Amino acid sequence: MRFHPKTRRWAGVALLALIGAVVLSACDLGPENGANTMRPAGPVAAKENELFAIIMIVSTIVFVVVTAWLLISIFRFRARPGSPEARQIAGDNRIEIGWTIVPSIILFVVLFFTVSYMFALASPPTPPTLNVTAIGHQWWWEFHYPVQTAQGITTQIVTADEMHIPVGAVVHISLVSDNVIHSFWVPELGGKTDVIPGHDNALWLKADRTGIFRGECAEYCGNQHAHMDYTVHADSDADFRAWVANMQTQAVAPATDAATAGQKVFLSSGCVACHNIDGVTKPHPAIGPNLTHFGSRSLIAGGVLSNTPDNLTRWILHAQDVKPDSDMPSFDGSPGSQGNLTQEQINNLVTYLESLQ
Amino acid sequence: MAVGTVATRGRAARKRWSQTALGSWITTTDHKKIGILYIYTGVIYFFLGGIEASLIRLQLAVPNNTVLRPDVYDQVFTMHGTTMIFLFVMPTMAGFGNFLVPLMIGARDMAFPRLNALGYWLVFFGGLSLYASFIFGGAPNAGWFSYAPLTNCTPAALSAGLGSATFQQQAQAAATAALNGQSGCFAPGANTDWWIIGINLLGIASILGSLNFIVTILRLRAPGMTINRMPLFAWMTMITSFLLVFALPSLTVASMLLLFDRHLGTHFYQATAGGDPLLWQHLFWSFGHPEVYVLILPAFGMISEILPVFSGKPIFGYTFVAWSGVAIGFLSFTVWAHHMFAVGLPTVAQAFFATSTTMIAIPTAVKIFNWVATTWHGKLRFDTPMLFGVGFVAMFLIGGLNGAALGVVPFDYQITDTYFVVAHIHYVLFAGAAMAIFGGLFYWFPKMSGRRLGETLGKIQFWLMLIGLNLAFFPMHILGLLGMPRRQYTYPPNLGWDNLNLLASIGVAVLFVAMLIFIINFAKTILFTPANQPNDPWDAFTLEWATSSPPPTENFKTIPVVRSRRPLWDIKHPDKADWRIAAH
Repeated sequence: MRFHPKTRRWAGVALLALIGAVVLSACDLGPENGANTMRPAGPVAAKENELFAIIMIVSTIVFVVVTAWLLISIFRFRARPGSPEARQIAGDNRIEIGWTIVPSIILFVVLFFTVSYMFALASPPTPPTLNVTAIGHQWWWEFHYPVQTAQGITTQIVTADEMHIPVGAVVHISLVSDNVIHSFWVPELGGKTDVIPGHDNALWLKADRTGIFRGECAEYCGNQHAHMDYTVHADSDADFRAWVANMQTQAVAPATDAATAGQKVFLSSGCVACHNIDGVTKPHPAIGPNLTHFGSRSLIAGGVLSNTPDNLTRWILHAQDVKPDSDMPSFDGSPGSQGNLTQEQINNLVTYLESLQ
Repeated sequence: MAVGTVATRGRAARKRWSQTALGSWITTTDHKKIGILYIYTGVIYFFLGGIEASLIRLQLAVPNNTVLRPDVYDQVFTMHGTTMIFLFVMPTMAGFGNFLVPLMIGARDMAFPRLNALGYWLVFFGGLSLYASFIFGGAPNAGWFSYAPLTNCTPAALSAGLGSATFQQQAQAAATAALNGQSGCFAPGANTDWWIIGINLLGIASILGSLNFIVTILRLRAPGMTINRMPLFAWMTMITSFLLVFALPSLTVASMLLLFDRHLGTHFYQATAGGDPLLWQHLFWSFGHPEVYVLILPAFGMISEILPVFSGKPIFGYTFVAWSGVAIGFLSFTVWAHHMFAVGLPTVAQAFFATSTTMIAIPTAVKIFNWVATTWHGKLRFDTPMLFGVGFVAMFLIGGLNGAALGVVPFDYQITDTYFVVAHIHYVLFAGAAMAIFGGLFYWFPKMSGRRLGETLGKIQFWLMLIGLNLAFFPMHILGLLGMPRRQYTYPPNLGWDNLNLLASIGVAVLFVAMLIFIINFAKTILFTPANQPNDPWDAFTLEWATSSPPPTENFKTIPVVRSRRPLWDIKHPDKADWRIAAH
């Protein structure tokens, strides 16, 4: 059977509307300094984006040519009353050889670009000036800055959820996991590398402009894979040095009564089982993030929430609702929670933690 | 004498159980019935997998949605992938192969009918054991490729945390265990064990089925049916069978080692004890990439049957279509690490796999050109199977192109493990394999049942599928480019992901409607359409159309003699018979 012309016209209109919807939806490319691979902020992502442009152009040409050929065939050779009999052609070796060779040439040209870009990106143009170790946990990222006197780092920096790098510096990032496989990915700075237990993986990055770029875990790593984000702050040299200087100090002493009370809550409610605060807790193997400069971070809870007193209150009280199955227990007295903090206790605790600049 | 008479009478009065309607299906060794059982099973699992897909898209329709808890979401997406690959496409293709291959090559049955029945029942129970997991302790939840160590659980670490009263003590015990090199329990539940059991039952079934296909095709062809006159669907089934026989052992080994790690205290995948998580990935993908072609080669075969018939022409370049399949088969064993470009392999190794990936695209391109050329100068009849056939060619082209993009290694560093990959696999397996399966169902349904599926509903289903799949899967390319990783149970707003996700969810809703229309069409046909189809309702070329619809138990009254690639064309056009023109 054949559809009525009116039906076909409506089908055509519907199809155009669909294409329009896809195009319009794609126009929203997310915020400035987000996770858009097509808006590179460094040489690695820029090179990878060049290859995207190349493969996109080649693919589009191939798609248009083959689809046009198919559509012409459909309209021209569709059976109509009086249309000629099908020609019984079983093939033609010359044509076959032709269309084996043509795609081979196209594909090998693309392969040439692929391989040359691969080797160009395999090692940075200049030796790295900053070394960072990124540690993937279930489900948050920890960042260690080993001692590097050239960068003013004289004692190791340990932080979480937020990584700082100076603009223009080639950064070497060692990737460590002692649990499952994660993948380190900052889309606007460059492609991803998996973080695999027992493998000394690493990658290099460079930011060409200041900004805050979204980082994500790209390898499925369990229930909260969706909530394993971080930010990479590309700072000016001065800002980076100030950050480094601050991060090497011990935790500030509580300055107000509320903060002093909050510190007591911290020490007595079980927080120390998993968290360290340099100068306050005895250093021990920690399961959770180091909180020495907690108040200076922009994200908490493995990138789930921005660091505001309200969010922090919600996180400490109801961690298992905010991020089910994470190692952080709730403290709201619900089944499975590790305590039931009073309103006063939680207020003081939040005041104390936010004061840790 | 008297006793014998009584016994005979008893038999006549009371039918043997195996002759009842249900019993005959359960005890059958007829390749046609087994084939239909496989197809029913596959299509039922297709609807289950489709419900899982709908749940996924419901959860992802808007940011920070809470329809599914994360642990439930993980089970749903894992079972969606596992179902669609192992319980829909593989059984359905095996079903078409079972039904069609003996008919196409002029045989009376498969070479080993009882082995064939065993294979089906292993699939039946393998599928049940995978789905029983939902009731017994939770479904598999680590993705369809079950990467270790996320699926691993070392018994030592399990005991380290046990017996400690409080959370702090448990946490410290776990930290101590980690420091002592005993960490490694990331999947304590039975979820992964169900996956291993189910997958291995299905794997045994596939190996049995494949050996059966290989022997049947090599030994039971009708007189005159040389390998080079065999229908292309039989060719592709043969290549698929060889792939399975050589690829599946790798999966068996991988999953058994995982089982040992989980229950016998070995450390094959545990880095702290000298094992290596990457061993899993190498073993899995050396099965997994041939597997991708196991899923798509039979679809290539179906399309290579449908397009010529509805164009009224022989396939263009038979030899090239057949041998490009063989080339794909060999090359598919050399490309596995292109799933692993981000794991930190040496650059030279990555260059090798980029090259082999480039090479496997060439025979695929040759196939697409031959299909389009088959329609050229034809007399095209657009019945529903042809719509699916042409739709397959156009949509699979997209799946080929975005697949080639994934082989551009530095670009792959950006888009691997993102929604771009999800877009690719769905253009290959939904727009590819599933479209071909529906084309095949509409094409061979008259042969299987004697009834023809409704054309109007079929065409509506096709157009809804075409629109729905592009709406659902095309935006996923852009989501990947905009930095959305796959397998996230939710996502934050305002990253440019909101509208595209909503669009994809609407697309799945359209696909859902298309499937409902198929169910209506199927029910209507089975219940109300008379079984009156002639031997050859489509004016086709191959031997399955030379016998009645449905065929008798023995398939053919006399085994036909074959003189060319299109035996039915020769009979219908004696003056223009293929064997008169060319000596193939």
